[in-house]
Amino acid sequence: MSVDKKTVAKIADLARIAVREDELDPLAAELNNILGWIEQLSEVNTDGVAPMTSVVEVALPWREDKVTDGGYRDEILANAPDSAHGFFTVPKVIE
Amino acid sequence: MTDLTKLTLAEARDGLAKGDFTSRELTQQHLAAMEKGRELNSFIVETTDIALDMADKADEMIKAGRGTGMTGIPIAVKDLFCTRDIHSCAASHILDGFKPKYESTVTANLWQDGAVMLGKTNMDEFAMGSSNETSYYGPVNNPWRATKQDGRLSENNYVPGGSSGGSVAAVAGHLALAATGSDTGGSIRQPAAFTGLVGLKPTYGRCSRWGMIAFASSLDQAGPITKTVRDAAIMMESMASYDDKDSTSVNRNVPNYEHALTGDIRGMKIGIPKEYRMDGMPQEIEKLWQQGIEWMKAAGAEIIDISLPHTKYALPTYYIVAPAEASSNLARYDGVKYGLRVEGNGLSGMYKNTRAAGFGDEVKRRILIGTYVLSAGYYDAYYLKAQKIRTLIAQDFAKAYEKVDVILTPTAPSPAFAMGEKSNDPIAMYLNDIFTVPASLAGLPAISVPAGLSADALPLGLQLIGRAFDEETMLRAAHVLEHAADYTAQPKIWWGEK
Repeated sequence: MSVDKKTVAKIADLARIAVREDELDPLAAELNNILGWIEQLSEVNTDGVAPMTSVVEVALPWREDKVTDGGYRDEILANAPDSAHGFFTVPKVIE
Repeated sequence: MTDLTKLTLAEARDGLAKGDFTSRELTQQHLAAMEKGRELNSFIVETTDIALDMADKADEMIKAGRGTGMTGIPIAVKDLFCTRDIHSCAASHILDGFKPKYESTVTANLWQDGAVMLGKTNMDEFAMGSSNETSYYGPVNNPWRATKQDGRLSENNYVPGGSSGGSVAAVAGHLALAATGSDTGGSIRQPAAFTGLVGLKPTYGRCSRWGMIAFASSLDQAGPITKTVRDAAIMMESMASYDDKDSTSVNRNVPNYEHALTGDIRGMKIGIPKEYRMDGMPQEIEKLWQQGIEWMKAAGAEIIDISLPHTKYALPTYYIVAPAEASSNLARYDGVKYGLRVEGNGLSGMYKNTRAAGFGDEVKRRILIGTYVLSAGYYDAYYLKAQKIRTLIAQDFAKAYEKVDVILTPTAPSPAFAMGEKSNDPIAMYLNDIFTVPASLAGLPAISVPAGLSADALPLGLQLIGRAFDEETMLRAAHVLEHAADYTAQPKIWWGEK
């Protein structure tokens, strides 16, 4: 499997990273180099093997369903590049 | 006054307890060494005032008889640990100006025990790299440089390994007594090997990941970087804890790891995996490994040949799993909640411009790979396949541990290399982690111990891999290996003396 310019543009869009037109070809070559190397995994027989979900065999802990955290809005907003009236701000999204 | 920066952590602890010197004196000497060592670029932020304040508090703790193994010990903290109100950016431009309003559990444990923070250390951006050349804050210089055939030191800078490159440079250059690191595929062990230090990655779940800036959550673990195995045991005990803020942290008692260092490994079964004997492995690495086997045998251990058949697939498996998790984890950097924001055409344009400007090339490469392998139509072929092979790798280890107690391998396939030598070839760079990645994928504890020097007098390390949650047996073996190797080499100081 290899990626072309169009695929790179698509995954960059999915990843929300702006990529200039002239960067697409070099990026496709780089990604193909890595994907080609990863390709060797196809020779491993994985029939009937369960995919790993956790490296440590422990049951996830349960806890009571109650609020244990919160109540510090200003601290959460303290690092925002921009905030107003106690909220994060984003560029206008409604026309 | 004697040079306190040359002490080990254990020696400093004992000296502090006896009142030979104070934490303030110890800390001041390290702060002076940091100032002289700025050419190493190991620290992104120096927290001088905080360090002196913490040292005074530690001196009071010791005076009141409340000292622990870490009380008054000046340490460096990798920039990936969130430290309250202090720069915590994982050496990325996208987290510009981020000063968290909370403290990571690992650093909180260390401060609780009275450790002293000297500053935040440089690293590969988001821990993605094996040479510390991907940092937004510039590369870290290894305190070690190759010795040329005429016996003179090379003028070239060498990489310290990565991603915990700033942490190892700070400890190897005697700017800090010890440092925290984090290890996803070898980021503690490989840099420790490149700088003649001990680097310990504990079992997955031993340390809380809460407050650590996430790279690949199923692999990330915090651990100590120290001058000796004893120091690693002392620091590990302080860092480890169960934490209900991290659902993958494991609720088990933290043992006194130092007690495990009995010096006696008679009858211990040490496995030697034949698949780690790679084609093209440098002769000196092979020779050191053989020497390690001889040392362990001489100490009374039983050497057993084992097979870990899926070893060669570990690295490509890792380069599916880790980028996949990274693409998801790094989705949070969107120019809204913290860090950099670059305006663009609407909301989506702002996201895209922020992430284009904020992430470096290697981080972008991994996000794109991760996005691709998780995307519709490719998930089964790549991600699911990788997770199945990960199961096979873990089963290889489980089978081996029916017969052996620990596994001995080289840590890295080469000594430190010159700056720029591998930065244009991602796969050549990834191969640095060929011996460290398998234990990461299986969640097992592993430690790198300095064991010798290369032909051009650069440090080389050997790795011990232990059973899950049996850091004690692994540390006991590491301690014996360290003594047999009798490694005493120190870098020749080329920095700060103009």
